[in-house]
Amino acid sequence: MQIPYTTTAANANKAVKALSLPGLRSIRGRRWRLYGAHINWLQILTMLIVGVVLLPIAYLVIRAVGAGEEGITYLLKERTLRIVWNSLTLVLSVTLSAAIIGVPFAWLTSRTNLPFRRVWLILGLLPMVIPSYLGAVTFIAAFGPKGMLQGLLEPLGVQRLPEIYGFFGAWVVLTLFTYPYVALTVRAALLQNDPALEEAARSMGLSRWKVFWRVTLPQLRPALAAGMLLTALYTLSDFGAVAMMRYNAFTRAIYLQYNSSFNRERAALLALVLVAVTIALLFLQRKLQNGKHNYRIGTGAKRQLKRVSLGKWKWPALGFCSVLVGLGVLVPMLVLFTWLTSRNLLDAVPVNMAELAANTVGVSALAALVVAIMAIPPSMLAVRSKSRFNHLLARLTHLSYVLPGIVVALALVFFAANAVPAIYQTLPLLILGYATRYLAYGVSATESALTQINPRIEEAARSMGLTPTQVARRITMPLARNGILAGAVLVCLHVMKELPTTLVLAPIGFKTFATRIWAMYEEAMLVNIAIPGLLLMGVAALLMTLMLWRDREIAT
Amino acid sequence: MRIMRFVTVALLAILVSVAIMPATAQESGEVLTVYSGRSESLIGPILERFTEETGIQVEVLYGSSAGLAGQILEEGANSPPDVFIAQDAGALGAVAKAGLFAPLPSDILERVPEAFRSPEGLWVGLSGRARVLVYNPELLEELGLELPNSILDLISEEWRDLVGWAPTNGSFQANVTAMRVLLGDDATREWLEGMVANDAQVYEKNTPIVQAVINGEIPVGLVNHYYLFRFLAEDPSITARLHFFPAGDPGALVNVAGAGVLASSDTPGLAQRLLLYLLSNGAQQYFAEETYEYPLVPGVEPIVDLPPLASIEAPEIDLSDLDDLQGTLEMLEDAGAFDG
Repeated sequence: MQIPYTTTAANANKAVKALSLPGLRSIRGRRWRLYGAHINWLQILTMLIVGVVLLPIAYLVIRAVGAGEEGITYLLKERTLRIVWNSLTLVLSVTLSAAIIGVPFAWLTSRTNLPFRRVWLILGLLPMVIPSYLGAVTFIAAFGPKGMLQGLLEPLGVQRLPEIYGFFGAWVVLTLFTYPYVALTVRAALLQNDPALEEAARSMGLSRWKVFWRVTLPQLRPALAAGMLLTALYTLSDFGAVAMMRYNAFTRAIYLQYNSSFNRERAALLALVLVAVTIALLFLQRKLQNGKHNYRIGTGAKRQLKRVSLGKWKWPALGFCSVLVGLGVLVPMLVLFTWLTSRNLLDAVPVNMAELAANTVGVSALAALVVAIMAIPPSMLAVRSKSRFNHLLARLTHLSYVLPGIVVALALVFFAANAVPAIYQTLPLLILGYATRYLAYGVSATESALTQINPRIEEAARSMGLTPTQVARRITMPLARNGILAGAVLVCLHVMKELPTTLVLAPIGFKTFATRIWAMYEEAMLVNIAIPGLLLMGVAALLMTLMLWRDREIAT
Repeated sequence: MRIMRFVTVALLAILVSVAIMPATAQESGEVLTVYSGRSESLIGPILERFTEETGIQVEVLYGSSAGLAGQILEEGANSPPDVFIAQDAGALGAVAKAGLFAPLPSDILERVPEAFRSPEGLWVGLSGRARVLVYNPELLEELGLELPNSILDLISEEWRDLVGWAPTNGSFQANVTAMRVLLGDDATREWLEGMVANDAQVYEKNTPIVQAVINGEIPVGLVNHYYLFRFLAEDPSITARLHFFPAGDPGALVNVAGAGVLASSDTPGLAQRLLLYLLSNGAQQYFAEETYEYPLVPGVEPIVDLPPLASIEAPEIDLSDLDDLQGTLEMLEDAGAFDG
């Protein structure tokens, strides 16, 4: 069985590659080929799409420049530096702890004789479909100073539990909901490992533990780096968990600045710094990863992997998996079900659940479709063109990886309110926001689908008299369809959970599961979160199952 | 393969339904757009009643009073809302100051006493609220603390970690603006920095503060008077109570929630109709009975056991003096009140 979300793992590698600079360097070295060569429609479309991605950044720059000197003094204030520090420490801690949890989990579920491996794997990956804000709000309800756990412990004389708000809460929640990213990428690598290396090391007298450190782990480095990068990007851009845990990281500071002050320039400044930090992170990761190979150079096929027998370690391993699943899946579910069965306190804000569901699924599907279409020109350019300029152009779409939702939303609000009031507070603007934020996911999926098609087939079709458009329609697209669709489902899944973009860009009166959960959290009517929360998780889990299903189809 | 086809068909079906959706929503002609800094649970029901009685659809964007005021300032002449409802006079004053409100006719203005409306006739109060300290008597006793005599006492060491506040909340911000008017900027800044240094617990809104006090997470919190009554109506066994700061204290502010009609509205007639509706005896009764606020229209009385509005010896403050919201926001930000 292949695992779902393989595209996520591929995305990470793409994100890493996206910012490698050989493309840029070569452009400086040679002339713009644009002047001599004709520009085809694919290039024009790609340029337009790149424009969409660059628009928010450009607009933020304009706004930030408007702040002038006052802006610079603001950025150099201790308060701003503290926000940078807060975000960086959170990213570092979450990434490390996600790796510490994710690697053994991946190993246990792929290379050992752990009982019910497949069940643990699926349960262990489920937290990925739970939005961080649901995780945070349920954790606060469960483990807050006077939360449900305290209620259970009350008879034992526990009057209150230690504070969960702040760094600790944000760290725990984000770790629990991001370790699957590490587990997925690492698991894929573990399954591809050549056991011969490990066996050779064992035969030369290394202990099992040493083999793991000196042979297995180095081989995992690229996968681990990719998973950790995904975790870091998620943590930097996450809004829900840090907002609810009241941890003053970038996203929360930007939202507060936007939502409680007249000074929008400062919000733009903070957003730009966040983008800069994200790009710096990608470069750093890229640098750390350079110059290592990790492929086998022997000839012949590699042997089947042998499962490690856990022996008496079976019980601690089962305990480890149970704790993970207990915290990451069971706690949120239990809290939501408790709310579902409790009396609706202060239910003064009725809502039409069917409308919420239609809105949520509708915009997600629409956004997925728009992304899938927008992804085609840059992917074709990247895969089928040999020109370096074209490659660089296509790669620029990957910049959308470094645009957190709150940044995209803020930029588009500024842009629409001032420049194009006609689309301000409309559905198209919301879709544009989603598309900007998630374009790179679509491009990655489409690119990898296209690279799997042998260009000879297309050439043969051309030689038999088909026009390029006919080739695209009759040969390329049918062959790439499944990959593109997988990317669309992934985008759909992400959009469904997206909070800050929806919160800021949604048309007046347009509510989704995500905004409803946020509103009920703000109103402290937590029991009202149960229904939208469970529905959202249900739909997300359904989509994940669909992706799983597809992969199984391929496998058989 | 079949699965993929199913997904494709399902996606397309959804897309079609989404495309049709807005068309069905706009059946009736008259639509009012409202930005509301009052939360949906407080103002939503009465707006719905307005729609039921008049057939005029109301589309509402809910947010924080300051955030929405900022948004209106940013949108300027393109501002989409017809009506701005804020939970404090400060946010209304800021929009009025920017010249974005249209003057209101006297039949609207004269529904409420002069003290509760803009002197230039640009906005009108809809309901009154007093700033109070909500407290949990058991927890206070357990901690061996006495109720403070002044809001200014909350920065003393004994209250470290124990006070709940909502720095992003409009009513609280109006209270800070009032402090600036009464005590001056320096003393106010000192108090704010003291609160931050004292690790006052930050909440998004008033409701979670009251909830936290009831739960015994914190002994006291700075809120508006009416939230507790909503909890008491659900559960009379709640022991939390309200503490009104004594006469003249900057913590004893009486403020209004109010509304104005945007100059950019293309349906000012409908907008004024909404304001008149909110000032009708029926709607004022709603504010008294459902949200436990002070009705502002003479003749309608609060139903809960509250000190009458006139008897609260609020500091001498003209509500229209609270219009420097921007200054207050900058002070809050510089003091680190948004960082909690």
